Amino acid sequence: MSTDTTDLTRLATPPTFQSVSGARKAKNLTATVLVSLAFAIAVIPLVWVLYTVLQRGFPVILNADWWQKSLSGLLSRQTGGGVYHAIYGTLVQGLVCGVISVPIGLFVAVYLVEYGGRSRLSKATTFMVDILTGVPSIVAALFVYSLWITTFGFGRSGFAVSLALVLLMVPVIVRTTEEMLKIVPDELREASYALGIPKWKTIVKIVIPTALSGILTGVMLALARVMGETAPVLVLAAYAPYINYNLFDGPMASLPLLMTSERNNPTDAGFDRIWGAAITLVLIITLFNLLATVISRWLAPKTK
Amino acid sequence: MAKRIDVKDLNLFYGKFHAVQQVSLSVPPRNVTAFIGPSGCGKSTVLRSLNRMHEVAPGARVEGTVQLDGEDIYASTVDPVQVRRTIGMVFQRPNPFPTMSIRDNVVAGLKLAGVKNKKQLDEVAERSLRGANLWNEVKDRMDRPGGGLSGGQQQRLCIARAIAVQPDVLLMDEPCSALDPISTLAIEDLITELKKEYTIVIVTHNMQQAARVSDQTAFFNLLGVGQPGQLIEVDDTEKIFSNPTQKATEDYISGRFG
Repeated sequence: MSTDTTDLTRLATPPTFQSVSGARKAKNLTATVLVSLAFAIAVIPLVWVLYTVLQRGFPVILNADWWQKSLSGLLSRQTGGGVYHAIYGTLVQGLVCGVISVPIGLFVAVYLVEYGGRSRLSKATTFMVDILTGVPSIVAALFVYSLWITTFGFGRSGFAVSLALVLLMVPVIVRTTEEMLKIVPDELREASYALGIPKWKTIVKIVIPTALSGILTGVMLALARVMGETAPVLVLAAYAPYINYNLFDGPMASLPLLMTSERNNPTDAGFDRIWGAAITLVLIITLFNLLATVISRWLAPKTK
Repeated sequence: MAKRIDVKDLNLFYGKFHAVQQVSLSVPPRNVTAFIGPSGCGKSTVLRSLNRMHEVAPGARVEGTVQLDGEDIYASTVDPVQVRRTIGMVFQRPNPFPTMSIRDNVVAGLKLAGVKNKKQLDEVAERSLRGANLWNEVKDRMDRPGGGLSGGQQQRLCIARAIAVQPDVLLMDEPCSALDPISTLAIEDLITELKKEYTIVIVTHNMQQAARVSDQTAFFNLLGVGQPGQLIEVDDTEKIFSNPTQKATEDYISGRFG
């Protein structure tokens, strides 16, 4: 309280509520500007990339041949043909990787959350998974190269690519599944135990179904991510402009590989192929992300 | 069906922490026993040890014996899964399985134990829901998710789920603490009804509830922070509430502490 007795307009007691102080208004303004600026900086390149890819690639993919034919027999300056061979390679390498990674990742996560507790093995596993998450894709590719090709003597192939992608995908799946299993309340496990349901059945029938939508979302996102990986395909598979259905033998194209190999092609046809492949890859990954959203909506526990 | 429980020299631990010390009491069949006492005195811990749920917590340990009709449920040859099938439990917060419909929630215990006969499951679902006084409210929406019911309905759904596997004993851990008075009344009526077939042990913070529903009351207390909880006395509910032997019981019941 002020001791100034000459101020007769002063209220006997000050009002409880005052207007927002100037300092706070200024701080609010600064924060708003900073946040909006950061948002703009993050979004502008994203929109730009999407715009460029769409503008240059969209006319190319409108041709039905693009989705049905390969580049087999075409000269580098010849337009026409398609990237069916590369789409096939990307999808098959990605799916085979998924088929191997999902069970491994799921089992590891179930061990960590339901059985490991604070045991030494569980701590060591978490640590290794953390490290694996940060391994650059080129390292994974070179590791598979030295093991699968140099040591075991297999040739470069689509399957070798899948193996490298497994190394990249497993830690991601372990992480997301672990998080999803952790948020399943213990009360559900206890409710199940109290009904005389054994632990393994509780996990299979109660815990995993409750977390399934989140787990599948994580799997789809991980799959979308590894399908765009470039280092493994560069190191582990030779490019082929024709369709190779054999995952285990011979050169096999994939979208990132097609793009890097067409970079040496200075003609307009090469330009079209690169941007076409870029937008095709973006579309495939978008499709997987959309699928993830749909699946998680469909499987999420409902209340109505 | 209903069986008696005899607890002898029960000591319960969480890791190094001695949670409950030297509990001995008997629960006769077709009888409701209430556990009362201040928070942290070990009532719920004792309750959870009666169907071997205590050991689910990491580091939890049990000493002493718990007998169900003379059979030690902690004998080394006994499968805890079978114990839990015989001694059912209802928890403080309603916890229906979120991925299952109302019907599947009720028959979850049987279905996951391998019963596939649809007709049999439907019959059990109806009988259990009638037993839990919920049938009339949900019979037209059996395929809707259990999570869509109100809190009180969910809790009765959980009771239906617990009695669907036809246990001999029903343990209830503060089943009404998350419910409004009307749902509480519905559950209390249900307990009185269920008493005809089941042995019931209920943990409650509500003294009036203990007085209303139970035949026998056990008062737990702890001497100080960090000390193990103890069973102070157990007797007929009427006697505990009118003329308890121990001063601590009288103080607690009359609201002078705790």
